[in-house]
Amino acid sequence: MSTETKTETGTEISRAEVCAAAVADAFSDDGEIFGSPMGIMPMLGVRLAKLTSNPDLVISDGESLFLGGVPPLFAKGDVVEGWIPFRRVFDVVAYGKRHVMMGATQIDRHGNQNISAIGDFAQPRRQLLGSRGAPGNTVNNRTSYWVAKQSPRVFVEQVDVVSGVGPKLAREAGPAASRFNDIHRIVTNLGVFDVNGPDDTVRLLSVHPGVSLDEVRAASGFEIAGLGSGSDADVSTTRVPTAAELMLIREVLDPRKLREREVPSA
Amino acid sequence: MTIDEVVGRLESGMTIGIGGWGPRRKPMALVRAILRSDLTDLTIVSWGGADVGLLADAGKIKKLVYAFVSLDSIPLEPLFGLARQNRTIPEICEWDEGMFFTGLKAASERLPFLPMRAGLGSDVLRNNPDLKLVTSPYPAPDGELEELVAVPALRLDVALVHMNRADAHGNASYLGPDPYFDDLFAMAADQVFVSCEQVVDTAGLSVDTPVQRLLLNRMMVTGVVETPNGAHFTTCTPDYERDEKFQKHYARSAADPEAWAAFKQRFLSGDEDAYQAAVADWTKEQA
Repeated sequence: MSTETKTETGTEISRAEVCAAAVADAFSDDGEIFGSPMGIMPMLGVRLAKLTSNPDLVISDGESLFLGGVPPLFAKGDVVEGWIPFRRVFDVVAYGKRHVMMGATQIDRHGNQNISAIGDFAQPRRQLLGSRGAPGNTVNNRTSYWVAKQSPRVFVEQVDVVSGVGPKLAREAGPAASRFNDIHRIVTNLGVFDVNGPDDTVRLLSVHPGVSLDEVRAASGFEIAGLGSGSDADVSTTRVPTAAELMLIREVLDPRKLREREVPSA
Repeated sequence: MTIDEVVGRLESGMTIGIGGWGPRRKPMALVRAILRSDLTDLTIVSWGGADVGLLADAGKIKKLVYAFVSLDSIPLEPLFGLARQNRTIPEICEWDEGMFFTGLKAASERLPFLPMRAGLGSDVLRNNPDLKLVTSPYPAPDGELEELVAVPALRLDVALVHMNRADAHGNASYLGPDPYFDDLFAMAADQVFVSCEQVVDTAGLSVDTPVQRLLLNRMMVTGVVETPNGAHFTTCTPDYERDEKFQKHYARSAADPEAWAAFKQRFLSGDEDAYQAAVADWTKEQA
């Protein structure tokens, strides 16, 4: 499989760069809210969105400062425009003006996510982080997921532990849970998904350039809406970054190519 | 107070809240003192880092209330992972991290619970069947009576926190980027012990830093103990940052029984002074 795409002008674009633009697109219509990325690719995408489609996004250093500018990944010393210690993050979660993009060790057909543990919760085969803020995030503010390596071990029929709540479980838990539940996008190394399939299931929105539907099928442990037995021609292709976005990704935000650690070029 | 006097005030079976956050400004000198003690059957309430890993490994924990356990730069805490995978902690309460904040707030306000959305629909409720819901007596705009999680108060017998500066009376300040939740831990607890980098006189607390950094007042604090480098190997910004090299050494050692025995022998078999001396020697070797 190819992980490089050529544009009409002959520029080589890596899969990681396609992913960065797809993550940025997840934040493009958010307006003036706290874009809260967990991990490298989400951070790259959020900052790219702030420099392009959504300059109103509020971003932080991932620790305790709101940043006035848009520094490169992990750079220090930007203009500070506010204070966001952990306790205030919880205030913003409840306030709702936030879009978090979390990782996911497992995601299931109904858009539930697991970062807690693999196996039986009482005695897991592998203990992960714990549920962190996923339960609160998913019933309070817009939530997206980033999956660096889609596989049937990640896209599972049913997650072992529900940390992040998908729309169906939220609906079943009542109006207090579903009122603000908003699972927006799942971006992976292979494509872009939402949870608007039948019965609130994961649905394919686009595959990245060079990815076949068979590849997506092989990397999924459940049947994905919009994929079915369709042929490659029936499904949209994720857009490639513009020349300006490529410049921002390569020269400004991620000159050290940290993105390649998440989605390596072949 | 001394470290031994603080530990002398603790009893087996107590519920102990540990301040800081993950691998940040944890009262590690006090945690190490608990490792050396014969205390058992503790209920530990912590946004966990190596404090939880070490106490679990030492068999001190009967019940753990947490939302995550992480070393940040090393995402998974190896000793906590082993404890979970070998089921050596009898009672596990994994909450959402915002619920944890709310539970401390409820305790600090002497309320039995506070309502919250977090937890609804998730396995936090299924894995903690003692968590109950509460129905609002007021209808929402659409007429619905919302059912929310009634987060129970996280009452503590003891809170242990580490600050940058304190006076002898228990007024104390953090000088780093984030207060974390140490004031709430303190207000949720019957007894509060503050370890700090430096005990200063009261005037010294605000002489070179804004008064807003005085997170704890003496009403909240039972005793103060000076433990320089007492948060090691977690952060204690600006006095020092995380000792990433040492943390890596810890995590690697913990992943292998033989290496872990050697680590414990070298670093955890003596008192706090011995620990600090062993760390200093190790650091010199690595240079």
